[in-house]
Amino acid sequence: MIPDSINGQNVIPFQGVGKFQPSGRKAMPRISTCSDFPSDGNKLVKSLKDALIKSGIKDGMIISTHHHFRDGDLIAVKIFEIIRKLGCKDMVWFPSASFPCHRPLIELLKDGTVHRIEGSMNGPLGRFCSEGKMKGVGILRSHGGRYQAVQDGEVEIDIAVIAAPTADPFGNANGLTGASACGSLGFALADSQFADKVIVVTDNLVPFPCLPWEIQGNYVDFVVEEEKIGIPEKIVSGTTQMTKSPDRLHIAELTAKFCDESGLIGDGFSFQTGAGGTSLVISTFFRDIMRKKGIKARFARAGSNKYLVEMLEEGLVEYILDGQTFDLEGVRSIRENLNHANTSPFTSYNYHSKGNFAGMVDIVILGATEVDVNFNGNVVTHSDGYLLHGIGGWQNCLFGKTVILPLPLFRDRIPVIVDEVTTLCGPGELIDVIVTERGIAINPLRKDLLEKVKGSDLPIKSIHELKDEVEKICGKPKKPEFKDKIVAAVKWVDGTVIDVVRQIIPK
Amino acid sequence: MTGTAGNKGDYIRSDCYVSVELAQESGIEINLRSKVASLYGDSIRNISLDILNFFEIQHAKVTIEDKGALDFVIAARLESAIKEVVSSEKEYLLPLTSENTYHTDKDKPRRSRLYIPGNSPKLMINAGIHSADGVILDLEDSVAPDKKNEARYLVRNALRSVNFYDAERMVRINQIPEGMNDLKYIVPHNVNLILLPKCETAAQIKQVDEEISQIAKKSEHQIHLMPIIESALGVINAYSIATASENIAALAIGLEDYTADIGAKRSEGGKESFYARSTIVNAASAAGIQAIDSVYSDVSNMDGLRENVANSKALGFVGMGCIHPRQVRIINTGFNPGQAEIEKAKAIVLAYEEAQRKGSGVTAIGSKMIDLPIVKRALTTLNTALSSGLLKENWRESENE
Repeated sequence: MIPDSINGQNVIPFQGVGKFQPSGRKAMPRISTCSDFPSDGNKLVKSLKDALIKSGIKDGMIISTHHHFRDGDLIAVKIFEIIRKLGCKDMVWFPSASFPCHRPLIELLKDGTVHRIEGSMNGPLGRFCSEGKMKGVGILRSHGGRYQAVQDGEVEIDIAVIAAPTADPFGNANGLTGASACGSLGFALADSQFADKVIVVTDNLVPFPCLPWEIQGNYVDFVVEEEKIGIPEKIVSGTTQMTKSPDRLHIAELTAKFCDESGLIGDGFSFQTGAGGTSLVISTFFRDIMRKKGIKARFARAGSNKYLVEMLEEGLVEYILDGQTFDLEGVRSIRENLNHANTSPFTSYNYHSKGNFAGMVDIVILGATEVDVNFNGNVVTHSDGYLLHGIGGWQNCLFGKTVILPLPLFRDRIPVIVDEVTTLCGPGELIDVIVTERGIAINPLRKDLLEKVKGSDLPIKSIHELKDEVEKICGKPKKPEFKDKIVAAVKWVDGTVIDVVRQIIPK
Repeated sequence: MTGTAGNKGDYIRSDCYVSVELAQESGIEINLRSKVASLYGDSIRNISLDILNFFEIQHAKVTIEDKGALDFVIAARLESAIKEVVSSEKEYLLPLTSENTYHTDKDKPRRSRLYIPGNSPKLMINAGIHSADGVILDLEDSVAPDKKNEARYLVRNALRSVNFYDAERMVRINQIPEGMNDLKYIVPHNVNLILLPKCETAAQIKQVDEEISQIAKKSEHQIHLMPIIESALGVINAYSIATASENIAALAIGLEDYTADIGAKRSEGGKESFYARSTIVNAASAAGIQAIDSVYSDVSNMDGLRENVANSKALGFVGMGCIHPRQVRIINTGFNPGQAEIEKAKAIVLAYEEAQRKGSGVTAIGSKMIDLPIVKRALTTLNTALSSGLLKENWRESENE
């Protein structure tokens, strides 16, 4: 199933949760010397092109970017356009995530400028990869897995380009102010620490010192000033929208009710709900429950947004540990409130470390494209076999104490609960509860939860019952058909390969 | 000749658009565009071929633009499109699933009834999960005039295939006489209750009643009727309408049309309709049936809805229509009996049962005599309390402890 090597690198197949033992030492960046850098601390160069040339850009290099600007990113495409004009070939793009705005990269994948993507392949890039059109094999990693891969030397970044909403000429940078303010820059931490060359690009250059220096200039080689690095309204939304869909509201309500009645919500608890429409509603239900019970949460892991900020300011949540910021209220809060802390994939997610806080969260609410009868989850492909999403922090969050997936039983006829997931991204032993509009399935491994909800009026069903129910409504779907060719590999949090994605045979 | 049915467009989900063009030769050509083609493409082709075969069509060009429609939708769309170009009395019926064979009692609680547009399959599929006492598949105002016919097939198929999870299965037909044409599409498919809009005379009820018994010859269970009074004349005739048939379970009022009819503007407080609402409650009570209030149309105003429900209950109504699932909970809760009401009802029922045991014809609590209608009302209160979880099935035991 899992081949011995991918893209010419040896790979280790998934061994089971917590089974793979790494050995050796972490990767080490080259030793730098101050004598190579301007003594006045001014690392400004005149253009991105200049910075790339000075960084020694050449064929086959690994270039990293980050998704702090989400669908409003203007930098990644720009870099590869420059690289194409410079005539370089077979580059590896190593983003922390990709978005629909990165669609133009398809042309650069076609013309040989880019060999492959190691990151996420969303939307159009996913289709392109699924149809076997990418030269190399795509590698999908979680946010924590990305840090792990860099730290362990699995991926040696040649040039990291960090788009920063505010920076000084020395390279200190943060995401708190400026037209492209996005909150945290945590996803770029590993790149700044480990990449061979680091370029900071900003459209809000301030004199030294840029504080707080979330990205430290001591790691940075060059600073570039650009007129515009992101499209603000696509970076953070002005207002975060809660779902109005009655079916999703129903699922959200059922999820909150489950958490309440199974005793998961208690004084000092912690939770992570995410920023999807359904998740937002769940967090407001949590808020109502906390108010009613007169309790508060010790911390919330975020995806911060207006509603979470309100809870922080009301005193219902003591701390927000923020991984990314979704709206303007979130950005304001992280700037002003000491109890709203920036985190990075190192503190939150990295599996090859001495623990991380993802495992300390009491209630973790996540999504999935599919879950199978063994509670295995898929987040990267759809049931039709096409790659469509990245892993994000999903795999890392599975280590939370109780992992709950609120999901519709089917989406436009496509069953969400299936016999076997199309692509395995998360082992069932880590997924505890599936909440659907037609019933709640608890993983049989969680005998404690099953015991707690006995005698409640919650619609508890077995996962098999839910699967039968959805097949009765939708009909039993056929499986998509694949060729043998592997188009992408899914890494587990420890760097092993948990599954591969094969080329689709289009219908 | 081309027949078409269904909906298309970027925002359409769980539906399909079908066109059928008859040909002289070259057999059946099915042109399917579906976002679920790799999972259900074969299944969609198979059911389409089966339907074409059923209607004995040998040569045709069929185009299906599918957005994840379930079988009952595909079948309804295709049959409707076929019948635009082929004259046939035959009906392509999917099995009536075993979950859909339940019947309902005439005096069951009808606190909330959720309106679902009769030509919107997406909204039908999950209609039953919101705990409304009834789900209404609407053939009247929510269906555009040029879509009336295809909606009939869709509603018929939904009645057979969609599980509404014990909600009372209701259909609102079109105004009489147009509504008479709707009956054959719903009566044989275990509809529990039919709403008759813009009812003005007892004669209309009798006409519907007769047609139903013609169609439902073999069916031995009762199909309940709920006339909706929506005009000044209807209000005047409320009692004769309410008593026009044994099958009438409830009398409802529709205030949008009523206020237009009397030339008033519908207000938040509703004083312009006080007379009409009161008359409906009075007529329904006199006829021994339920009085059901009009919908509250501001979907985002939950406080307004809550107040409206409280007023409605105070007037004597026992239920209300919902135009959005979000309204269901507030309406159900609002029409639920209060704790004091439940206690009183328990006392009455216990006293009655005690009297029955003793063979006494007279029920009394202390020195107060209890009449049979009051016992009946108390039982209804307890029924509602039971079905909404306010009372345990075994309440008598805990009462005796």
